[in-house]
Amino acid sequence: MQWLASIGRNTIDTVGAFGRAFLMLLGAVIAKPQLIKNTPLTIKQIYVVGVQSLLIIVVSGLFIGMVMALQGYTILVGYGAEGSLGPMVALSLLRELGPVVTALLFAGRAGSALTAEIGLMKATEQLSSLEMMAVDPLRRIVAPRLWAGIISMPMLAIIFSAVGILGGHVVGVDWLGVDAGSYWSIMQSSVDWNEDVVNGIIKTFVFAFVITWIAIFKGYDAIPTSEGISKATTETVVFSSLAVLGLDFILTALMFGIE
Amino acid sequence: MENLLEIDNLTFSRSGRIIYDDISLRIVKGKTTAIMGPSGIGKTTMLRLMGGQLKPDSGDIRFRGESIQSMKRNRLFTVRRQMSMLFQSGALFTDMTVFDNIAFPLREHTKLSESVIKTLVLLKLQAVGLRGAAQLMPAELSGGMARRAALARAIALDPELIMYDEPFAGQDPISMGVLVKLIKALNDALQLTSVVVTHDVTEVLTIADYIYILAEKKVIGSGTPEQIKQSDSPLVQQFLKGQADGPVPFHYPSDDIEHTFLGAK
Repeated sequence: MQWLASIGRNTIDTVGAFGRAFLMLLGAVIAKPQLIKNTPLTIKQIYVVGVQSLLIIVVSGLFIGMVMALQGYTILVGYGAEGSLGPMVALSLLRELGPVVTALLFAGRAGSALTAEIGLMKATEQLSSLEMMAVDPLRRIVAPRLWAGIISMPMLAIIFSAVGILGGHVVGVDWLGVDAGSYWSIMQSSVDWNEDVVNGIIKTFVFAFVITWIAIFKGYDAIPTSEGISKATTETVVFSSLAVLGLDFILTALMFGIE
Repeated sequence: MENLLEIDNLTFSRSGRIIYDDISLRIVKGKTTAIMGPSGIGKTTMLRLMGGQLKPDSGDIRFRGESIQSMKRNRLFTVRRQMSMLFQSGALFTDMTVFDNIAFPLREHTKLSESVIKTLVLLKLQAVGLRGAAQLMPAELSGGMARRAALARAIALDPELIMYDEPFAGQDPISMGVLVKLIKALNDALQLTSVVVTHDVTEVLTIADYIYILAEKKVIGSGTPEQIKQSDSPLVQQFLKGQADGPVPFHYPSDDIEHTFLGAK
């Protein structure tokens, strides 16, 4: 019977957490917009979660593009199809690797920082003091961070893919001697704006929303102790990564699934 | 005497544990009321109930006759502009300077120009002796200075009620003396109503007009400092004299020791 009680308890806890997460989201999003006050706060958060994540995104994008070109070339050259290296790198990055790897890096770099920051604000009573000063923490703390995440991550994913394509060019064209004209022109003719680029961007918006929501909620709902914040930060990275991978499969099936 | 805050038949429990069982308190306008009691009995919880951050299971908490737990969120936030709370940790925003921390409630709730805000903030800082620390970050302040800066922020909007959560905890004798003097001086100068939650007996007896002592989920004693000192309640006397054992036992409830060790054999 113990295991049955444990399943029941965990189910109630999970449903409760979903309920609290939705209420937090509603409180942050469905509120009278305070553009004059919130815009500077959102811009500051875009700098913190977006601009400060640029280095890891650019470096990762460059190396992933380079590795893909190297791997792709060794396979394609066997069939005399090394001219298709451009579309292979571009499609892989735009459809999958750009959104997914950026999302995983974003969860590790910015998501964990958001959780730790809000969790510590809770532990040091800063959130309570906001409430007692008649300032709603959902509007002041949660909303700017949520919007900053949703705005920043798609831009980071676009930068990731662009840098990756350049990395592929460095290895494929400059190093391995693939014709530059065919690298770019076949890529241009193979990549469809709606099917490949727009679908990839839609994915990044979904991932950005989910990661930022999880990260902020985990901080907001953290047990305000060092152990609680540590656990919440770990959960942010684990849950965000799993959510991204699961959602990626669903979105891919919906967007590119064979009819 | 007019009551600013009234608590009637308050019952509150958390995680199935009863914290308060049918207690009533009165906070008189313009006076300093101390709420004392051993650690862990939920004194901070009482402040959170007064500020509407927690809702009681039953009973009523009224601010100027208006029930706090029945207020809608917007109304509660409006009422909170007349309340203020000094948190135990200070709760200063760590990403802002001391100046910006004190300016924060003014910028949020008033349309004053920056030059007026600057004047007001510097006056508040002068009152707590920290005008010279205006541009420091909270991490650069000592514990006592942080609490004084938080006090300046708490009085920024000239509230009617100010709640102090363990203002003297963890302070060295000089900082403690400064805080006692400041609380007394600010109360007199600004005609504030204060609620001080603490277990520092000596300090609170010097500043409180009325004292409630909480223990075992109830109010076990109340009165002026003189009445409290002369109370014949063993619980009150144990608390005032800091005796390790008494009605509040030294040992956390457990099995009989013989049973524990013999059982272990």
